[in-house]
Amino acid sequence: MSHATLPDRRSSLRGASLPKWFPWAAAAGSIALGLGISAAAGLQSDIQWGLIAAVLFVIGTYAVASKVEGRRQAKDRVATSLVWVAFILAVVPLASLVYETVKRGVKVLDGYFLSHSMGVVGDAEPGGGIYHALLGTLQQVGIATAIAVPVGVLTAIYLVEYGRGKLARAVTFFVDVMTGIPSIVAGLFILSIWIVTFGMGQSGFAGAMALTILMLPTVVRSTEEMLKLVPNELREASLALGVPKWRTILKVVLPTSIGGIATGVMLSIARITGETAPLLMLVWTTPWINANPFDGPQGSLPVYIYLQYQSSAGVGPGYDRAWAGALTLIAFIMILNLAARGIARWKAPKTGR
Amino acid sequence: MDITTQTSASPPPPAPLSPAEQKRAARAATRPGDRIFLGLSRGSGIFLLVIMAAIAVFLTWRAVLALSENEGNFFTTFEWNPTGNPPVFGIAVLAFGTIVSSIIAMAIAVPVAVGIALFLTHYAPRRLSGPIAYVIDLLAAVPSIVYGLWGALFLVPKLEGLYGWLDDYLGWTGILAWQGGAPRSLFTVGILLAIMILPIITNVSREVFRQVPQSHQEAALALGATRWEVIRMAVLPFGRSGIISASMLGLGRALGETMAVAMVLSPLFDIQVSLLDFGGGTFAQNIASKFGEASVMGQDALIASGLVLFVITLLVNGAARMIIARRKEFSGANA
Repeated sequence: MSHATLPDRRSSLRGASLPKWFPWAAAAGSIALGLGISAAAGLQSDIQWGLIAAVLFVIGTYAVASKVEGRRQAKDRVATSLVWVAFILAVVPLASLVYETVKRGVKVLDGYFLSHSMGVVGDAEPGGGIYHALLGTLQQVGIATAIAVPVGVLTAIYLVEYGRGKLARAVTFFVDVMTGIPSIVAGLFILSIWIVTFGMGQSGFAGAMALTILMLPTVVRSTEEMLKLVPNELREASLALGVPKWRTILKVVLPTSIGGIATGVMLSIARITGETAPLLMLVWTTPWINANPFDGPQGSLPVYIYLQYQSSAGVGPGYDRAWAGALTLIAFIMILNLAARGIARWKAPKTGR
Repeated sequence: MDITTQTSASPPPPAPLSPAEQKRAARAATRPGDRIFLGLSRGSGIFLLVIMAAIAVFLTWRAVLALSENEGNFFTTFEWNPTGNPPVFGIAVLAFGTIVSSIIAMAIAVPVAVGIALFLTHYAPRRLSGPIAYVIDLLAAVPSIVYGLWGALFLVPKLEGLYGWLDDYLGWTGILAWQGGAPRSLFTVGILLAIMILPIITNVSREVFRQVPQSHQEAALALGATRWEVIRMAVLPFGRSGIISASMLGLGRALGETMAVAMVLSPLFDIQVSLLDFGGGTFAQNIASKFGEASVMGQDALIASGLVLFVITLLVNGAARMIIARRKEFSGANA
């Protein structure tokens, strides 16, 4: 092969090089070989032939290239092929995740599924739906947003517009630290203060408080970044006209950056909507519709998925419902994400003048 | 920033003021609206600090209550029986499981994520790299419960072949021996965690690689470097601290991951020599799966283990943030 692909040397300054189609040919060849080997050896898993093909591709590229082009070029080609392999290694599971969820989720996902609860449906029976869980999730996330957004935005305003000195540095540091709090620890905290110490029962509100803790730092962070993008000239112009500082912030700084702030808020809503662990501890669930987030267990989408999965053990209607719930959750989060990015593009803060 | 400060602080002019002017200056500095607004925003910041302090205080308080009853050694006992008489529980198994699964996850995810980040910034055709980066951003938002569902129902059966392989060729190490149970082991957890933290490590490293000064890369190219040599000489040294902090952010996620681990792992409160046999546990997984049947004492014991997890993630995230902050300073001179 290497003899056939040697190009004619037009100039003594250019070394021999492999043709442009070489990487593609090598990839196709190694996939075919990998499939052949796994068929011959009777390996049943897709992962195995994929790994064999990847290894063959990298080694083959190095062998051929070092023969034709020299060692430095061969190393370059190996790096290129490794980077491609890394990319494909990562895309395959992520694509499969989305594909599987959609494929298995659409089976039972319809209007009936979205508008009925599990109240009179046993775990092993078909039918039922997620209305109670959707309602609970919307209420819990809504309460968390209602607390976290004002506090978070005000904190960011403090950090950007007023903050200097020890307090601001401490707040900045702890916001960073707070970003890394595992959701289960936030849940344990609310458990120890709200349920163990104050003796309150499980309720949607308790879950919402844990979600608030998880949401606050991301709101502060993104709002801070957006406020920093507002050009100082705007603030100075407003202050020079004698407008008080607080009105400058409310009427000039915030409107300029509102698009970015909205984006950050929606992304953090998307982040907390899928949180399961704290809700499992603090809200638990009920198959009935409980529209009062302050009293008693309430359904929620992530906990619904978890319990349907657990009770079904991989087969039956519960299994289909778990996937359909997962599809609904992903769809909800993706729509929030896309909308957030849409807003970001549409209302991008105008830097400069 | 500095200019705003001066305007808002309204420095007194050097010339002596008439009483009327003095009065007006004083009023401007302490307008009620300004004071209320400053109070509100400062109050929010303080509220945030209070929450952090409260988390530490309450978790410690409940943990101390549990630990004072504990008859076993909290750090070395291989048992979790806080409701027994006397109560005995320890975190040795959980610490082992958490650390091992996170190490496996990091070993897989960091090279792959750096590879993808390089792919996006230096290899992919420009038309492709934008949409791919966008999709990876979206994948970072997929909740862990969905990863858990996918891992338990799709990934676990697929891994049986790979496990057999590892057992055939590397079983003699003992670490990778497999007795043939369902592949719901710490190794599988590590693989799933790796997939889950890929997007965040990729995103942060990509941002860093994008900031590599164009002049460095062009200088290397002008010396005749191949693309790989450009990356090795200009891109990776510049991005090293960024990669480290990105990995630590990913590590922080992997350490605290709950639902995906709870759904994939078959827990067993024991340390196995082989990573492929089911069993073991992690802090977060143990809390989620033991919580349901726990009494108050059991809850307090779980809170004690949660406190350990809290401290570990604090240290990891704090270190990551410090590396990022340090880098910002010196790259600022570059920009």
